[in-house]
Amino acid sequence: MHDSSAAVETHSPALRHHFADMEQQRDAASLGMWLFLSTEIMFFGGLFCAYLIYRYLHFNDFAAASQTLDIRLGAINTGVLILSSLTVALAVHAAQKGQRKPLVGYLLATLVLGLVFLGIKGVEYADKFEHHHVPGPSFHFESVPVKGHAEMPPAESSHAELFFSLYFAMTGMHALHMIIGIGLFSVLTFFAWKGRYTPEYNTPIENAGLYWHFVDIIWIYLFPLLYLISRHH
Amino acid sequence: MSEHIVSRKLYVAIGTTLLVLTATTVGIAFINLGPFNTIVALSIATAKALLVILFFMHVKYTSEKMTRVVIVAAVFWLLLLLALSMADYGTRLWH
Repeated sequence: MHDSSAAVETHSPALRHHFADMEQQRDAASLGMWLFLSTEIMFFGGLFCAYLIYRYLHFNDFAAASQTLDIRLGAINTGVLILSSLTVALAVHAAQKGQRKPLVGYLLATLVLGLVFLGIKGVEYADKFEHHHVPGPSFHFESVPVKGHAEMPPAESSHAELFFSLYFAMTGMHALHMIIGIGLFSVLTFFAWKGRYTPEYNTPIENAGLYWHFVDIIWIYLFPLLYLISRHH
Repeated sequence: MSEHIVSRKLYVAIGTTLLVLTATTVGIAFINLGPFNTIVALSIATAKALLVILFFMHVKYTSEKMTRVVIVAAVFWLLLLLALSMADYGTRLWH
């Protein structure tokens, strides 16, 4: 009798019975999350591939359109997103150590940084509407010689429109992922405040963290591809 | 075998490195390097992505080999998609 109760006590209450131990349970959850992220890589991969093909086919038009983007806002947003990834990493750390208040603090900081990113993105989108750079009937792009490309024909409006279509598709899908992430983190913040996450059980924090870092990586590639690489050629 | 907990100091160091790399890539974008602008920008982006994956996403510390298999497979398929598509479009004008 004494033996069996001791065996039960070594069992963490967070351990599901089909797992051998907590480590296996954690690894399985993380593996599942990575499988999901690999489908996300495929999803964004298609958009990146379309961008590369059209940039190759309409090189000077894409350069001219890219040069209208605000490199300063893009850089600030990259910094904001990196800081938010850092607060997520620190939130995971706090959850693993079982520090409730720092955990809630880091999660709230992540939410604020995520909203700042979306706010700055909104400012950029508003600017596109103002300049008629949103693809559609009202689209208009001045046919100007491409900076640093005097030898090339001036950019064509219809090809610049392709750039902005891809710009909105890629940054829009990224922003949608950010909005979903903010929703996830709001729920996590609530449960963290309630004290649900312990050093034994913090899988939701860890996995939502993986998601957030993945969305950060997408932006890490979007920023140079859309804003930077066409400044000079 | 318990879970590896990355120290707060290392997280802050990685975050700072990522910010420095961002400033570097923005600075280099204003210098004319010809085709190397693209190569440098994407190399820095890849370095940043690797730092995020290895440290923030704990892949450096995972003992689960299947996780690595999934990541390598996903990146491999992505490169296949990009390489074969560009091999097609890049050679269409050859005669």
